[in-house]
Amino acid sequence: MFIEYDIIVVGAGHAGCEAAYAAAQMGSKVLLATMNMNTIAQMSCNPAMGGVAKGQIVREIDALGGMSGIVSDRSMIQFRMLNKSKGAAMWSPRSQNDRMLFSNEWRMALENTPNVDFWQEMITGIIVEQNRVIGVETSLGLQIKAKSVILTNGTFLNGLIHIGEKQFGGGRTGERAAKGLTEQLVQLGFESGRMKTGTPPRVDGRSLDYTKMEEQAGDLKPGKFSYTNTPRLTKQRSCYITYTNRSVHEILETGFDKSPMFAGRIKGIGPRYCPSIEDKINRFAERERHQIFVEPEGWNTVEIYVNGFSTSLPENIQYEALTRIPGFEQVKMFRPGYAIEYDYFPPTQLKLTLETKVIDHLYFAGQINGTTGYEEAACQGLMAGINAHQKINELEALVLKRSEAYIGVLIDDLINKGTEEPYRMFTSRAEFRILLRQDNADVRLTETGHKIGLASDERLDKVMDKKNETARLLNDLKHKKVTPTQINESLTNLQTATIKEKLAVEKLLKRPEIDIQNLTSIDPSLADYLHGFEEEVLQQAEILIKYDNYIEKEKQLVKKIEGLEDYKIKPGFDYSLLTSLSAEAREKLTRIQPETLGQAARISGVSPADISIILVYLGK
Amino acid sequence: MKNEIASSQDTIVALATPAGIGAIGVIRLSGNNAITISNEVFKGKDLSKAASHTIHFGTIRDGEKVLDEVLVSVFIAPKSFTKENVVEISCHGSNYIIRQIIQLLVKTGARLAQPGEFTKRAFLHGQFDLPQAEAVADLIAADSEAAHKAALNQMRGGFSQEISALREKLIHFASMIELELDFGEEDVEFASREALHALVNELKAVITSLIASFDLGNVIKNGVPTVIAGKPNAGKSTLLNALLNEEKAIVSDIPGTTRDFIEDEINIEGISFRFIDTAGLRDTTDEIEAIGVERTQEKMKQASLIIYMVDLAAASPVEVGQEINRLENLGIPFIMVGNKVDRVSTDQLEAFNTFDLILLSALDKASLESLRQKILEIVHLDSFKTGNTIVTNLRHYESLLKTKQALDDVIQGINNQVTNDLLALDIRTALHHLGEITGDITTDDLLANIFGKFCIGK
Repeated sequence: MFIEYDIIVVGAGHAGCEAAYAAAQMGSKVLLATMNMNTIAQMSCNPAMGGVAKGQIVREIDALGGMSGIVSDRSMIQFRMLNKSKGAAMWSPRSQNDRMLFSNEWRMALENTPNVDFWQEMITGIIVEQNRVIGVETSLGLQIKAKSVILTNGTFLNGLIHIGEKQFGGGRTGERAAKGLTEQLVQLGFESGRMKTGTPPRVDGRSLDYTKMEEQAGDLKPGKFSYTNTPRLTKQRSCYITYTNRSVHEILETGFDKSPMFAGRIKGIGPRYCPSIEDKINRFAERERHQIFVEPEGWNTVEIYVNGFSTSLPENIQYEALTRIPGFEQVKMFRPGYAIEYDYFPPTQLKLTLETKVIDHLYFAGQINGTTGYEEAACQGLMAGINAHQKINELEALVLKRSEAYIGVLIDDLINKGTEEPYRMFTSRAEFRILLRQDNADVRLTETGHKIGLASDERLDKVMDKKNETARLLNDLKHKKVTPTQINESLTNLQTATIKEKLAVEKLLKRPEIDIQNLTSIDPSLADYLHGFEEEVLQQAEILIKYDNYIEKEKQLVKKIEGLEDYKIKPGFDYSLLTSLSAEAREKLTRIQPETLGQAARISGVSPADISIILVYLGK
Repeated sequence: MKNEIASSQDTIVALATPAGIGAIGVIRLSGNNAITISNEVFKGKDLSKAASHTIHFGTIRDGEKVLDEVLVSVFIAPKSFTKENVVEISCHGSNYIIRQIIQLLVKTGARLAQPGEFTKRAFLHGQFDLPQAEAVADLIAADSEAAHKAALNQMRGGFSQEISALREKLIHFASMIELELDFGEEDVEFASREALHALVNELKAVITSLIASFDLGNVIKNGVPTVIAGKPNAGKSTLLNALLNEEKAIVSDIPGTTRDFIEDEINIEGISFRFIDTAGLRDTTDEIEAIGVERTQEKMKQASLIIYMVDLAAASPVEVGQEINRLENLGIPFIMVGNKVDRVSTDQLEAFNTFDLILLSALDKASLESLRQKILEIVHLDSFKTGNTIVTNLRHYESLLKTKQALDDVIQGINNQVTNDLLALDIRTALHHLGEITGDITTDDLLANIFGKFCIGK
């Protein structure tokens, strides 16, 4: 009934879809197994992609040749560039998406990828032979063979949903939980844990009074995620902002005794940065109000996602409290919010390729690794898909460095530090964020994506163009000079100091109060020249000129830190022989088995002296 | 960011001889810039033109100030212990001088070597074979243990509290910036630029005073330099001996016996004093003695405290008045001691009543005690006051300097109105260097601080 596949991907969420797409695109025969083909690439939480740090990840996925950016662009109903006032390194694209369209676009993309087959059924186990995975077993008892298996089970492994005092098994509301896999993996020697996350209620948009809320419209000039020529939005849907108040809080408090969180029925650890509304009230009692984002679920649907109101209190309390929110007086609820607990596997059990250390050719990606977020899941899926393909074909693994991509930071953090709570990306997790900008993800990664056979020739041509044009522009701006008579009047108008002698345009652009758009207004000939470049190139050049010193500083830092990455440590290195190491270092190094000295240095509890000792043993 | 091991490009410096003992101290530099850096502070032969394995005489200077006369040996890569460029500076074995020179070299671009780092470089450049690895590794472990213990000792003082208070503030500052960057969309209030400016200035002020305390710290660690001066045969060496309670200075009745300096450390109630006995001050035709007198005056200028001795039996009140004027002009705390009180009559003594004199017979214990108390009084009145945090560890000093540099960059950034992403880079650098003193700082600290203090998340 089945051929022997190269790769079986278990789960068709954001991680599974990227994994299947990437591996198939690179040439592997892929089977995508899901419990429900109608919920492929389901946005189980809010209908939005990107945001601070996450938007950068979507750009990186796109630059490597993944699909999340394209799917997001094709299904978005609103676009905003966040952090516009905070400096180019912080600009973060974010979209509201049509939930159904998003899912549909992903399904179309996969259906149009020749190497992807589908199978709808629960996968209950993996087949292992001599520490190597060779296939999966289904709930019907079928055995499907493959050279490699990628598990992207999301919140489905022994998923347990809580609403007030009620609890029932499920991976999402209305969907079954996956059974059997955790138990088998634990038997094989994996360690598992329990995490928790939650979602807010969904309501009927027709029952809301938007005149009582603030409108949050999309950008006037909407951007997008993909570096390819996906379409730009011509019309957009707005979100709305409203606030809770004392009265809302008081009603919620009446349900605290039935809260599965406070009563201790939920054992899993939830994320600190994504607290439920009851958590917010409880921990920050002094706050009079909390922000609520009213987000449309699509172009045509009336369904609304009440972002900021994640809760697992009883449904009647949820409803009562909602009615006290300005604009929600007549609210009709579609679905109550809920909390969900699920199994995860501490990611320190993985290699940097996301392959497990215990079982060869078995990969984990997404929430199963203790992360949260579509973007975090998608990029892990992508990397697992790429690396599974590479390993089968005995090709070099793709491990992104911390200085190359947020994806590199994410995976490196997971593998070396593990995570105690659902891991979400923040820009502050990256030490080189001046380098890791959303505007240059293609410059950073597309060549790599192309080399491994994922990013198309077209993508490569485009980025090479961008690079060359930027270099030409930078060089010209260094040599092009403006004279006082030519521009002093314009400078006065811009309220910046006039110049006394000829000045290179580059120098002018270094002034904080002058941007590249101003330059076009300063002098007609300069305007003509600049109009010869694409906007993206102008922006690149501007950032590179303005950030010059800081980029240089970070590059120095990278050089210093990544020197240690050159020292490779052989797999299976026996740290117990190094008696001079501290006991803690020996224990952690043995467990994590870092691949390079740089990785070893990032493990908490390993001191610089320990690193010196290993260095000496490695003998260079 | 435990990265310093990687920077094998750095030029490292450390004392190669055992600390605190020996007439000669050897300071070793290794790295690409070892010769360039030494050359910058060395006056004598141009070291950049020196052949390998040659020795040169000259002085080490901090600007115009001569720190010491030294011999410098040059070894050009790869013909050296580490196979890198190596310079060895042989100086006088005083802790004070050694620290001054190392401090100067650090200021000029070298970095303090980590425990066992010379050996490690030698090893990495293939000077040892693998079986010797274990020994080297143990050495590094032992050295770092010792360094750790030394650091812990220092931490017991007010220093650790001061630094962790600073770190808290800096983390708070960093969190405020990071909050704006990562949670700009959230409903939280952000700190004003003015508040940030004020906070970073406050931090800088504390760091600057800690840096300034390093010199003071050295003084205390190495002893308060105290010069005993006065006319020949005023009883200076006798006083020193009495204080030391042993015959160390050459005592005779022939004026001008002490032609060179005699130094010794005396501990008075926990504070260490470096007493320097000097040649007598007088106009002289004796050439050697004239040099001695000149040097004495030089020493007095460098002292932190001067004990000026007057032979009451030989001096006139007018002379004493003139001496006091001269000492006041020097601007260094001083104590006038009227010696040989046992050899003058009460009437004679009356003539000195108008002066603030400690009357002393160097052989009498009671009068010695009143001198001791007077010394302590002056020291306590001065900036040596205990209770202030004082930095004495060169490694800490180095980290503080780098922290200050990063804070300066932050201030410059604020003045240039750069965006927060750029400010954050310099703040993190400052945190990193402060972390070198207190232990690690990771982004987890920042995030924990943000989650603890602000209501974040949709």
